[in-house]
Amino acid sequence: MTTTTCLEALEAEAAHIMRETAGEFERPVLLFSGGKDSIVMLHVAVKAFAPAPVPFPLLHVDTGHNFPEVIEFRDRVTAGLRLEVASVQDYIDRGALPDVPERNGLQTTPLLDAIETGGHDAVFGGGRRDEEKARAKERVFSLRDEFGGWDPRRQRPELWNLYNGRHNPGEHVRVFPLSNWTELDVWQYIAAEDIALPSIYYAHEREVFDRRGMWLCPGAWGGQGERLVRRTVRYRTVGDMSCTGAVESTARTPGEVVEEIAASRITERGATRADDRLAEAAMEDRKREGYF
Amino acid sequence: MSALLRLATAGSVDDGKSTLVGRLLHDSKSVMADQLEKIASPSDLALLTDGLRAEREQGITIDVAYRYFATPRRRFVLADTPGHVQYTRNMVTGASTAELVVLVVDARRGVTEQTRRHAAVAGLLRVPSLVLAVNKMDLVGWSEEVFASIADDLDYPGEVTAIPISALTGDNVVTPSEHMDWYGGPTVLEFLETAEAGEDLTGLPARLPVQYVIKTRGRRAYAGQLTGGILHVGERVVVQPGGHSTTVAGIDVLGEPVAMAWAPQSIAVRLADDLDVSRGALISPAATAPEPTRELRATVCHLHEKALTVGEKVLVKHTTRTVHAVVEHIGAGGSLGVNDIGDVVVRTSADLAVDDYADSRITGACLLIDPGDGATRSAGMISVG
Repeated sequence: MTTTTCLEALEAEAAHIMRETAGEFERPVLLFSGGKDSIVMLHVAVKAFAPAPVPFPLLHVDTGHNFPEVIEFRDRVTAGLRLEVASVQDYIDRGALPDVPERNGLQTTPLLDAIETGGHDAVFGGGRRDEEKARAKERVFSLRDEFGGWDPRRQRPELWNLYNGRHNPGEHVRVFPLSNWTELDVWQYIAAEDIALPSIYYAHEREVFDRRGMWLCPGAWGGQGERLVRRTVRYRTVGDMSCTGAVESTARTPGEVVEEIAASRITERGATRADDRLAEAAMEDRKREGYF
Repeated sequence: MSALLRLATAGSVDDGKSTLVGRLLHDSKSVMADQLEKIASPSDLALLTDGLRAEREQGITIDVAYRYFATPRRRFVLADTPGHVQYTRNMVTGASTAELVVLVVDARRGVTEQTRRHAAVAGLLRVPSLVLAVNKMDLVGWSEEVFASIADDLDYPGEVTAIPISALTGDNVVTPSEHMDWYGGPTVLEFLETAEAGEDLTGLPARLPVQYVIKTRGRRAYAGQLTGGILHVGERVVVQPGGHSTTVAGIDVLGEPVAMAWAPQSIAVRLADDLDVSRGALISPAATAPEPTRELRATVCHLHEKALTVGEKVLVKHTTRTVHAVVEHIGAGGSLGVNDIGDVVVRTSADLAVDDYADSRITGACLLIDPGDGATRSAGMISVG
């Protein structure tokens, strides 16, 4: 039998992309948020370079409003790996960024500073083309100018599996190994490979409040004076607590999550991301400014 | 049959390509409720594939967009290529990885000059299978004669399947038409689900372009993705450039030791002899190794506003190897402008072990890159012999 399943083909492609990057660039870095996509990306990286260690460090942009379960998970799975942390809270504390309730958009400056300070010429992101329509047009190797900006008209045509990583000094390339994966592929892979995730990806009871049809947990960004209710929920995406909503769910295992997503009629971002609901082109605008 | 089918769409501006893609996504239930809110009537289906703000503002599509949908039978990656702006560049990009192209024509206009150009590009890129979706059948009275005359009108080097459809009404896209009893074939989605278009890469000669050297405790393993064929432990292989032969001592598939590996697996191999192997080398069976050359002949699609000219210095990117080269000859005209297609000869500064594009769409493909700003200038399909 010399057949290849869909998941095996996607995994082989992701490994190919990561090895191309390690072969062509001087100082790659892997963006690690503790979310499922970056965890899957790290899992593929470990396999792609085995038995040697992963030949690049990880970078986490910590908004200061991360779920404690995610930070605890991050510290556990990255023990023994090189982890750099760029702290949004530090920027706020020294007045370099405003202390606004929703911190997702604040990540761009610390991210670009960390890329520049680290001299990183390639930055792995867990973005997938099925997530959002600006991402549907994203390259696997996405060229960013010296301000980290993304210009859709300047992107190179990308043919076959030939990824052109050439760039000028000061520019860098964002690399998306999971470009062709869907949310369902990611979960099927997590189930097949038995990959550990932060507990909040699975159903649990939590006090939440309703904001524009999403369940948010209370904190500095809201919930005071609002009606809190106990719900059995899980998170489909894990980002900043101020803008990441939970969905009602009873799925407690990867297999149950796969079943739930296969039957879902709402996209991952539509269900859970307040920042993407702001405007039709919210993601496109953030990407132009240097966002993930 | 492969579990993952990569396909591309093509068609002129008003032939209804976006509506067909929207209909495929919608009727295969791949559109989620939060996206569906934007669709008030069938004529809004094209909105599902609109991407960027600039595109909505100008009412055009700039770039190739990738769509993902699945049925219980198969997973699909669809490269949605816009019809007018930069059509060759976009179509070449989408077709380069496609195993099947869906080419949309308007039943009222039939096969046009642009349809033939799209089919020629798909043929040049060696997409094995083409679906000719004859759209807007509702506007020609669901006429069998009109369909038959269009279906017979297209030449293609691979397999062609013509299907009469109406993307607007959904006839024969996902559900069989009630208006065309005379048609007994599959709907578009049925055809996509069952097409034997997936190439069997394992039937090709084995090729392992080395991407990266994994070093541990004095041992070296050569990491890469098999672009074709099957590789066994104990097999005699040749490493190019250099042409040294040795034996495969061990193979890992992403960390797991195996006795044999096949395309498109990502693997790492250890060799019995201590050779100088680095990124850009090619490992292939001694019996079927390609001949190294410094004179590369290729049919190229030029993708960049800056013309390609004779005497110009370029970089050639072939698999994991990038070498300096000079353009020696360009057929008919002596230069290539954006979206032009022509035959080119380049002389390279170092050996390249290439295959004919007709034999491999990976080891027979190359890019010409601008050594100044790094831009991708042309896409090349290599000819050998």
